[in-house]
Amino acid sequence: MADRPHPDRDLIQGEWTEKTLVEKLLEPVEKPAPRPWRVVLAVGGALTLAWLYAIFVTFVKGLGTWGINQPVAWGLDVVHFVWWIGIGHAGTLISAILVLMRQNWRDSLNRVTEAMTFFAILAAATFPLIHMGRPQHFYWVMPYPTHMALWPQYKSPLSWDVLAIMTYITISTLFLYLGLIPDLALLRERSQGWRRKVYGWLSLGWTGNAVHWQRYRAVYVLLAGLATPVVISVHSVVSMDFAYGLVPGWHLTVFPPFFAAGAIYSGFAMALTLIIPLRRWYRLEGVVTERHLDWMAKVTLASGLGVAYIYLLEIFIAWYSAEPAEWAQQIWRMTGPYAPYYWAMMLINVVLLQTLWFPRFRKNLTWLFLFSILANVGMWLERFVIVVISLSKDFLPANAQLYFPTWVDWTLFLGTLGFFLFGLALFIRIFPPIAVAEMVHLFHKLRRH
Amino acid sequence: MLYGFMAYFDAPEKLLEAIKALKGAGYRHIEALTPNPVEGIEEVLGGNGRIPWVAFALGVLGAGLGLFLQVYTTLDYPMNAGGKPLLGWPAFIPVTFELTILTITVGIFLYLLYVNGLPLADHPAVRAKDYVRVLLDEYGLFVYASDPRFDLEATRALLQALGAEVEEVRRA
Repeated sequence: MADRPHPDRDLIQGEWTEKTLVEKLLEPVEKPAPRPWRVVLAVGGALTLAWLYAIFVTFVKGLGTWGINQPVAWGLDVVHFVWWIGIGHAGTLISAILVLMRQNWRDSLNRVTEAMTFFAILAAATFPLIHMGRPQHFYWVMPYPTHMALWPQYKSPLSWDVLAIMTYITISTLFLYLGLIPDLALLRERSQGWRRKVYGWLSLGWTGNAVHWQRYRAVYVLLAGLATPVVISVHSVVSMDFAYGLVPGWHLTVFPPFFAAGAIYSGFAMALTLIIPLRRWYRLEGVVTERHLDWMAKVTLASGLGVAYIYLLEIFIAWYSAEPAEWAQQIWRMTGPYAPYYWAMMLINVVLLQTLWFPRFRKNLTWLFLFSILANVGMWLERFVIVVISLSKDFLPANAQLYFPTWVDWTLFLGTLGFFLFGLALFIRIFPPIAVAEMVHLFHKLRRH
Repeated sequence: MLYGFMAYFDAPEKLLEAIKALKGAGYRHIEALTPNPVEGIEEVLGGNGRIPWVAFALGVLGAGLGLFLQVYTTLDYPMNAGGKPLLGWPAFIPVTFELTILTITVGIFLYLLYVNGLPLADHPAVRAKDYVRVLLDEYGLFVYASDPRFDLEATRALLQALGAEVEEVRRA
């Protein structure tokens, strides 16, 4: 037993001791930042300012500044809400489901993907808030006794959505924070002055007490077990916002698994988009190995195949239901004015996806990086197809109307992208992007057995 | 003033041996400090027994709150939607589920802080000069000077015999 190398031995490559490994993992926090980091921070910061300006315009002038109208009353704002929420899902998946499955390769990836989830949910949550005609009354979605004697309608998926998103953001934040606590204690002991104080407060005075560790681990695994169904439930509830409606193209029972698969697919793609440059800029090839990326590409493929299957199933359902409006909607998607969007989505998420079957493509980091971006373009197109194209043509031919987003719509989108990058850049400067305590623990396990 | 001894071991097995030996010799006021969870520590120092039950109780509470919220608000503001039953329970599943999880998550996190005595402003072991080692790659055992069996010579000798490097921790 002692002589047989651990099967996951190559998850940490290179000659390390605990001390050098910790030094390496804390480099993004303790050493001066590399140049690309500054570029990301600056671009992200500038776009964040543009975003705030677009929100300001929306608040001052109202929703007339957006392209939404009848019948397309849900436009890019809802597209982006669904897009961002979906991206968040991979973080929870990597951190929670892979903990339960005891997958050692998650230890290099969970922190940065959990942070990705955190900022993606924040970005997503802003869209419904600013889409409210009177955002100052946002708290009306909460159940509280009002002088109007009104309550939220709990048979409506929109009310479910409020609680699903709130639960999701709470559990993701606590899970991220819980994982950070031991690393914060380490940073506290390695820094001086005000930094030591701040890390000390944030670490809550964690000492590494072995009994505390036992309870910590129990709660960590418990939260992982709870986060797993939450992740599936959140995007299922989001999908019911659509599926409960009668709009042709929305009213499908297949929506919950469709959305959940799409979320995992886009989330893993976004994780690849972030991790491939990150490991190069910070020289993390020894701890985020090609095997890690290969696993992520495989999960992307598996979830993407689920998405592709449902694309084809949708066509079948539209035909088999013999519902004229459903079939007309399908034809409208394929041949109408938005057909290029539809076929671009099919090209990426059905055709190009198949390249990931082949190790040659999975191991080609340029292609993997490019595809990870394309996949999220494809998922953006999918949400555009579902939200905008479905609404643009309903039961009455006279209702058909195209949708033209304005600069405010686009600035809100680019702004959330900037905010996402800005937030992540700051995050990895303050907190280690790879879970140090977990990596050192993994290192022990791999080298000692 | 002397807080106690910090003993550094280079392997978790040695730490477990030492805890057993000290417990056997009648020491009670000791604390193990480790960089990661050590398997088998709950047999010698106690562990997490109550956490699953607390989580279960919180879950029952959350599910109850969720159902109560929906039933109460529906009865207080009854609305006929498409002639469906007023208390059509299948529509209550998602919110009940989310509130169950939300209650467990927040509650168990606070419970974890409570049983671990966190947040903690200061701790004698952290004053050890080499304390950071137990956050990196070594396994520490802190023996409080307040322990009735504590003895400057004998305790040090015992810890060293168990394979530890011993540091005296004093108020600076």
